[in-house]
Amino acid sequence: MIPPDLASSLLIIIPAYNEQATVAQVVREVRRSLAGVRVVVIDDGSADATAPLARDAGAMVLPLPHHLGLGGAVQAGYKLAYELGYEYVIRIDADGQHDPLEIPKLFEALRTSGCQMVIGSRFLEADAHHTSLMRKTGVRFFRAVLRPILGQSVRDPTSGFVGVNREALQVFSRSFPLEYPEIEALVVLQRRAFRFLEVPVSVRPRMGGKSTITAPRSVYYIVHVLLGVLVNILKFERSRWRR
Amino acid sequence: MDHLLNVMTLLSALLILFVLRSLRRAHIRVEYSVSWLGAALTLLVLSRSRGALRWLGETLGMEDAALTLVFIVGCLFLVVLYRLSIVISKLKDANISLTQRVAILEFHLRSLDEGQETQKTV
Repeated sequence: MIPPDLASSLLIIIPAYNEQATVAQVVREVRRSLAGVRVVVIDDGSADATAPLARDAGAMVLPLPHHLGLGGAVQAGYKLAYELGYEYVIRIDADGQHDPLEIPKLFEALRTSGCQMVIGSRFLEADAHHTSLMRKTGVRFFRAVLRPILGQSVRDPTSGFVGVNREALQVFSRSFPLEYPEIEALVVLQRRAFRFLEVPVSVRPRMGGKSTITAPRSVYYIVHVLLGVLVNILKFERSRWRR
Repeated sequence: MDHLLNVMTLLSALLILFVLRSLRRAHIRVEYSVSWLGAALTLLVLSRSRGALRWLGETLGMEDAALTLVFIVGCLFLVVLYRLSIVISKLKDANISLTQRVAILEFHLRSLDEGQETQKTV
C-alpha cells in the first residue's frame, strides 16, 4: 500500500504500442492495487485500440501522434511528469510482466534510499526469474561491460520496471536514450554522479504480445547499446572538459 | 578512357540538370542542393580537365586518370551522404521533440476539456 498523503506524488507510466490485448487489464490491476495513484498510458502511435481501452480502464492517455519507439515514449512520459510536478515516476510494461503489487516496494526504496533511480531486478533472489538462455547470456554480457563503467554491479540492467525521482526526471526530460533506453539510462545517471539501487521483484509471464528483441535483432541490440554507452561516456567527458 | 570520361561528363551534366529541375519544382531545398551541385560541378570540371586529373592522379599515386576520377566520385558522394546523415539525425531529433510536445499539449487540452465538462455537470 502507498500512504494516501504520498499517492499524489507518484505517477505510474505505462508505455504501450499495439497492446490492446493486455493494456486494460494492466491498468485495472495498477488502479486496484494503488488507490489514489494516477496512471498514464503513453500510446506510442498504436494502430489498434490501445488508447481507448486504456482510457476505459481508468488511465489517462498521452497520445503520441506517431510511433517513436520505447525511449521516445518513455521520455514523453517523463517530460509530462516533470511538467506536472510529480516527485516520483515508476514505469511498468504494458504486457503484464510486472506485478503492480511490487510497485510499493520500488516506491519505498525511491523515497528512503536517497537514490535517484530504483530498478526492479529479476535476478536478485535465489529463485530468480527463469529466462531464455539467449537473454540470460545478454544480461551477463552487459553486467560485465557495465561493472567497470558504473563502478558497481547491476544484476538486471535491462529491466523495464524502473522508478525515478524528480532529480532523475529533470535529467531524463532533457536527455534520454531513444531506442533501447534501459542500459544507456544507467550510464547517463552515473555520469552525473547519481545513484541507483536494485530491489528484487518477481516477473510474471507475458499476458500477450511478443518481445521486440528477437534473435536476429539481438545482435543489432548489442551493437546499438554498446555504441550508445560509449557515446554517453564521450559526451559527458567532453562537457566536463569544457567546464 | 576517353569514353569513360565522356560518360562522366554526361552523367554529371545530367545530375546538375536533375538537381536544378528538382529545385524548380521545390522537391529539394536550396541548402540541400548545394552539396549535390558542388559534387556534380566538380565531376564535370575534372572530367573535362585532363591536366588537373593527371596531376591529382600523380598526387594520389594513381596512374589511371579514369580510376582517379572514380575515386574522387566515391569520396565526394561519401561526403554528401555523411552530410545528409547529419541532417536526417537533426531532423529526427526535432521530430521526436515536436511529437512529444504535441502529445503533451493534447494531453493538457483533454484534461482542460474534461475539467470543464465536470464543472458543467456539477
